[in-house]
Amino acid sequence: MAIPVIYNLRSVRQRPVSTLFTALGMGLVVLVFIAMMALSRGFRSALVATGSRENVIVVRSGADSELISGLGRETAQTITGMPFVARTPDGRPLASPEVYVLVSLERLGGGDALVTARGINPEAFQVRKNVRIIAGRMFNPGAPEILVGENIVGRFAGTEVGGVISFANRDWTVVGHFAAGGSAFESEIWGENEQFMPAFRGEVFQSLTFRMRDSGAFQSIRQTLEDDPRLPVDAHREYDFYANQSYLLTRILSFAATFIAGIMAIGAIFGAVNTMYAAVSARAPEIAVLLTLGFRPLGVLGSFLFEAALIALLGGLLGCLFSLPLNGIVTSTTNWQSMSEVAFAFRVTPELLLRGIGFALVMGLVGGFFPAVKAARQPVVQAARQGTIA
Amino acid sequence: MALLEIRNLSKVYQRDSQMITVFEGIDLDIEAGEFLVLMGPSGSGKTTLLNLVAGLDKPTAGTISVGAAEVTEMSPRQLAAWRSRHVGFIFQLYNLLPVLTAYQNVELPLLLTHLSKSERREHVMTVLEVVGLSDRADHYPRQLSGGEEQRVAIARAVVSDPTVILADEPTGDLDAKSADEVLTLMQRLNGEFNKTILLVTHDQRAAERGHAVMHLDKGVLTG
Ligand SMILES: Nc1ncnc2c1ncn2[C@@H]1O[C@H](COP(=O)(O)OP(=O)(O)OP(=O)(O)O)[C@@H](O)[C@H]1O
Ligand SMILES: [Mg+2]
Repeated sequence: MAIPVIYNLRSVRQRPVSTLFTALGMGLVVLVFIAMMALSRGFRSALVATGSRENVIVVRSGADSELISGLGRETAQTITGMPFVARTPDGRPLASPEVYVLVSLERLGGGDALVTARGINPEAFQVRKNVRIIAGRMFNPGAPEILVGENIVGRFAGTEVGGVISFANRDWTVVGHFAAGGSAFESEIWGENEQFMPAFRGEVFQSLTFRMRDSGAFQSIRQTLEDDPRLPVDAHREYDFYANQSYLLTRILSFAATFIAGIMAIGAIFGAVNTMYAAVSARAPEIAVLLTLGFRPLGVLGSFLFEAALIALLGGLLGCLFSLPLNGIVTSTTNWQSMSEVAFAFRVTPELLLRGIGFALVMGLVGGFFPAVKAARQPVVQAARQGTIA
Repeated sequence: MALLEIRNLSKVYQRDSQMITVFEGIDLDIEAGEFLVLMGPSGSGKTTLLNLVAGLDKPTAGTISVGAAEVTEMSPRQLAAWRSRHVGFIFQLYNLLPVLTAYQNVELPLLLTHLSKSERREHVMTVLEVVGLSDRADHYPRQLSGGEEQRVAIARAVVSDPTVILADEPTGDLDAKSADEVLTLMQRLNGEFNKTILLVTHDQRAAERGHAVMHLDKGVLTG
């Protein structure tokens, strides 16, 4: 049997200050790691929540964002008339040809940011099941009225119900707020497509989103649309289209999390190295006793590694504790694919917490390794002669 | 054949370019059940000899055997296993682990055996009984007097029923009364439990407790 765990537990408790500082150093690294990963997860989950698997979004052939897309009225009409488009009970197609533009709005904290203004048709609220009005009312067709997504309410001037926002040389009255299941839609302004179209780019839509009659038939629908010589379009499952927009930024954030936390980890590891070397030196006589009693050097190595892991575990738990309050905090960034501002919440998931603890354990084991080797390789006699255990 | 046989044992330390010969060509036999006292001035090599017998250090020349074990032939790994079963070590400064209770300190050598928790408990309580400290089992070393600490250390040395007990000035740090208790205890271990003991000491009164006294001086062992 190995050197008892209680020996390490009590030894660690014996020097609370250095243990705590070492753990705290690791905890900060873990906090940074979790925070950045939570940012990445939050951004991704906002975009993943945006699209539905039952919907198809059609854009101009080759366009990977709505921003650079364009669809003529005729194209839109041709598609909405096709048989695979689901219909309302009274026979209207469940489809929304949309105008997509970026407008520069004044942030309440100062400065400007680009916000998506999406011109929809009234069916959009049925096409997208996750969208609902949470304050005020729906805009009236034909009127210069708009709805503001929940996430940007309060972030920009004039977003309150009854407020007025100016863009495209017109004043628009905010008549309601809408929620969209935490998705990127919540960072958008919605108005009627027929109102937005003349105000912006003229007789052209940027995308068409429709509900499929049979969502299992996506591949053949896509084939039909993309093969039709009249239609210079690409069709995507709406879910994939928005999820893919998160890919690049998510990757960059995850990489940055690992990179920055990795650099910080070097400092924390040196802290662990110091603490463990000090522990090994101070306890040389104890190590000698263990070796004299017949414990193997490998056992001593394991014991000190375990002790380093113990401190790291404490650090990991501290880091998790620090990171918990971040969960749900809303922040925003530019979606590089659409160039617009997307607000989203930090997502501190149990999986991230576990990864944080794993990160801490790695730091502990790396930092504890050489001190533990030193402990294990200590010649017994030498240590025994050094003498006393206080 | 004696239980412990030392043949032609030499130990030379090399410090930089300087050779320090501690002793050369020592022979010694200790029979099973013997209580041998080893005396000698400081620096004469008594601790060195004990360390060699325990396999904590390698001799420059010569052989040591304890029972069937050729101590000088074993690998470090074999030595560790052998030591845990056959050698009980008692230090001048007790060397208990301060973060463990008396009970846990005594239990340590048993963690290297296959004994179950309840069997270990039985052994530990038995030896604590023998050293008269069963009521102090849950005390930490700092809560014990020097004499009590040394008795715990003795319990730790005998708990795994070793072949030989090696004691390096076990009373060196104790007052007369505590020293007396410790020596009486060692005499009992030898008389009642038939333990073979090699005791190193400077203390004349300690020497009187053994069956025989040997002197180590200037590398020569005399009876
Ligand atoms: N690692 C070492 N390197 C060099 N010389 C050493 C080493 N260990 C011990 N010595 C020397 O070997 C000699 C014997 O030391 P040892 O500790 O065995 O003496 P001792 O008889 O136990 O003395 P004491 O009664 O003071 O404990 C001393 O001269 C000591 O300086
Ligand atoms: Mg000595």
